[in-house]
Amino acid sequence: MTFMLLIKNGTIIDPSQSLAQTLESKQDLLIRDGRVEAIGASLEAKGAEIFDASGLIVAPGFIDLHVHLREPGFEYKETIASGARAAVAGGFTSVCCMPNTAPVNDNSSVTSFIIEQARAAKLANVFPIGAITAGSKGEQLAEIGEMKTAGIVAVSDDGKPVLDSGLMRRAMEYASDFDLPVVDHCEDCCGAEGWAMHEGEHSALMGLKGLPGAAEDLHVARDIMLAELTGARIHIAHISTARSIEMVRQAKDRGLAVTCEVTPHHFTLSDKDVYESGYDTNFKMAPPLRSPSDVEAILESLRDGTIDAIATDHAPHHANEKMLEFDRAPNGIIGLETAVSLTLDRLVHRGVITLARMVELLAVNPAKIFKLDRGTLKVGSVADVTIFDPEKRIKVDAPKFQSKSRNMPFDGWELKGAPVAAIVCGRVVWRAVKN
Amino acid sequence: MPLKRKDLLGIADLSPEEINLILDTAETFRDINQRQIKKVPTLRGKTVINLFFEASTRTRTSFEIAAKRLSADAINISPSTSSVTKGETLVDTAMNLQAMAPDAIVIRHSSSGAPHQIARIVNAAVVNAGDGAHEHPTQALLDALTVRQNKGRIAGLKVAIIGDILHSRVARSNAHLLSKLGAHVVLAGPRTLLPFGLEKLIAPSEGSVTFADNINEAIAEADVVMMLRIQLERQAGGFFPSLREYSIHYGLNRRRLELAKPDVIVLHPGPINRGIEIDSDVADGPFSLILDQVASGVAVRMAVLYLLAGGG
Repeated sequence: MTFMLLIKNGTIIDPSQSLAQTLESKQDLLIRDGRVEAIGASLEAKGAEIFDASGLIVAPGFIDLHVHLREPGFEYKETIASGARAAVAGGFTSVCCMPNTAPVNDNSSVTSFIIEQARAAKLANVFPIGAITAGSKGEQLAEIGEMKTAGIVAVSDDGKPVLDSGLMRRAMEYASDFDLPVVDHCEDCCGAEGWAMHEGEHSALMGLKGLPGAAEDLHVARDIMLAELTGARIHIAHISTARSIEMVRQAKDRGLAVTCEVTPHHFTLSDKDVYESGYDTNFKMAPPLRSPSDVEAILESLRDGTIDAIATDHAPHHANEKMLEFDRAPNGIIGLETAVSLTLDRLVHRGVITLARMVELLAVNPAKIFKLDRGTLKVGSVADVTIFDPEKRIKVDAPKFQSKSRNMPFDGWELKGAPVAAIVCGRVVWRAVKN
Repeated sequence: MPLKRKDLLGIADLSPEEINLILDTAETFRDINQRQIKKVPTLRGKTVINLFFEASTRTRTSFEIAAKRLSADAINISPSTSSVTKGETLVDTAMNLQAMAPDAIVIRHSSSGAPHQIARIVNAAVVNAGDGAHEHPTQALLDALTVRQNKGRIAGLKVAIIGDILHSRVARSNAHLLSKLGAHVVLAGPRTLLPFGLEKLIAPSEGSVTFADNINEAIAEADVVMMLRIQLERQAGGFFPSLREYSIHYGLNRRRLELAKPDVIVLHPGPINRGIEIDSDVADGPFSLILDQVASGVAVRMAVLYLLAGGG
């Protein structure tokens, strides 16, 4: 039986087809059987369910290239179902999950398990990322080809940087055979094992072991050189320093297939906030919150296009694990349910980027980077849609989150702009409660 | 004037007035420590818990004596392992102590910030007795009391602090305190053990905090030379090649001390590594006030406990 959804009177912003309209123009979007059927003014469709999007922005479904869903192995932190619930409640219709589970997603049976769990949850699309090396131990390549057949969209040893340059070179070459990008967590820690924050005047004052920005820069420089050698597609995860961004900019100018993402916390906070938090472990993550001048460079490169995507690095940890001493607490914060609001409040409303650029960063570019059949509302494409209200004022309320975890520094923040609905394959999977 | 704060977590957030209040109060307690009967009833009925996650004999004993001379009930808890290995979080530990309703909790912990995390949860006054490489406020206060007693002032003095500044909570607390009171603090040591940038966040004051290029420059014309203990594990950490080389290039000996003012005083937070960061003839010599520091420690800790836990 045919199912139709008609989204009425929204402002459609889709940079993939140059639909970056003025906020005054109203358009309708008709979805039939999970695909975009038509875009136009005053569409009619008999029997269609109607979604009134008056005053709202309608965009291609947002894609988060970097989340940790913790299943299998750490279900007390998050499950694929709870993570998918958090995703849609945050306006994301797709998430790409990192392989650092237990067991590690380094073989096709784990990949298939993740896909099955996501299918059962019937919420967001979940695209698994496979490990680069077996067990993410940095010793030998994982079965990348078999995982590709099972459904992975990229490879990464996120959280465990591949320090062996020879192995990384082979990984890039081998992943290219399967048309997969290599996503790298760049951290060659320069003797700062056990670091707790960014190295700078604040770490000096707080007496915490610092990780210098150079630790990331060294690793990014190496990856860019290897990308040039191999011709592989590489994607720098959660870029955080001015110097690394500068190197990505130069690599792009030379025509290399290098892309990068930034997290909302890295464009919002700096090491000064760690200091002012008074050792709050919800300000601890990898890479660490960098200096205010790094944040300036991040904002500039979000504007000029050097940064390709916004990704959350959603990293759930149980409250008990964050109740430790700062230097002993695990790295990471959750981000799925605050990313869209932070992007609107900190970037759009402060004039750093336009709404069209925001949709590029959250939907169009992520789809391109991992070659996903998403990120557009062109007629005939899969109808994943994010609807959001740039003017809606919210107060972040962590206890009400869909994620199983609460570890993040934004609780209680008042932000302007929020997601309103997530539509996956033509089905409204989440809708904000009216207030 | 009472101290208008719940906790003493560091020197960084104290005003010069608060520092002087603590020092002035300590002066009066120092007199008590000279009496035949060294006990006063000031904190009778109050409970002080000494919670030492990190081994320490002198600081713990000093706090214990301070509490007992004020007639408080002092309890020592020294968890032999960290909270992590026991499976209990820092927050659990704090809440358990809170349930016993102490008036003050004195905390020593190897992790920077642990007392701050506990202070947010408990109603008791929290006194930081040294957290990681962050702060050791009562050490800086006792150092200041020792200097003030000997020099009659702190403002305008040149104070050289030498050694492993990077891992030193004593250096940080002293840099804050002495500069707030108008001294010129000069930090020096192996470049691998200097936390550059620290000086940028020290509160602006009459005094100053700077790094010297070498230790001779720091010691030159100094009124006070404070040597820091070098931990043996720093050699294994690759910060310097050998203790032998350290003692030759960064240790304090009589020849080097001649660069300082003729009436220089030498301090060390102890325990000293004789022949490594300080030669015995300097440590035991006429310029050394190392044992005076220990005496000042009891008085300062009495003052802190009195000012935080003594109110009504």
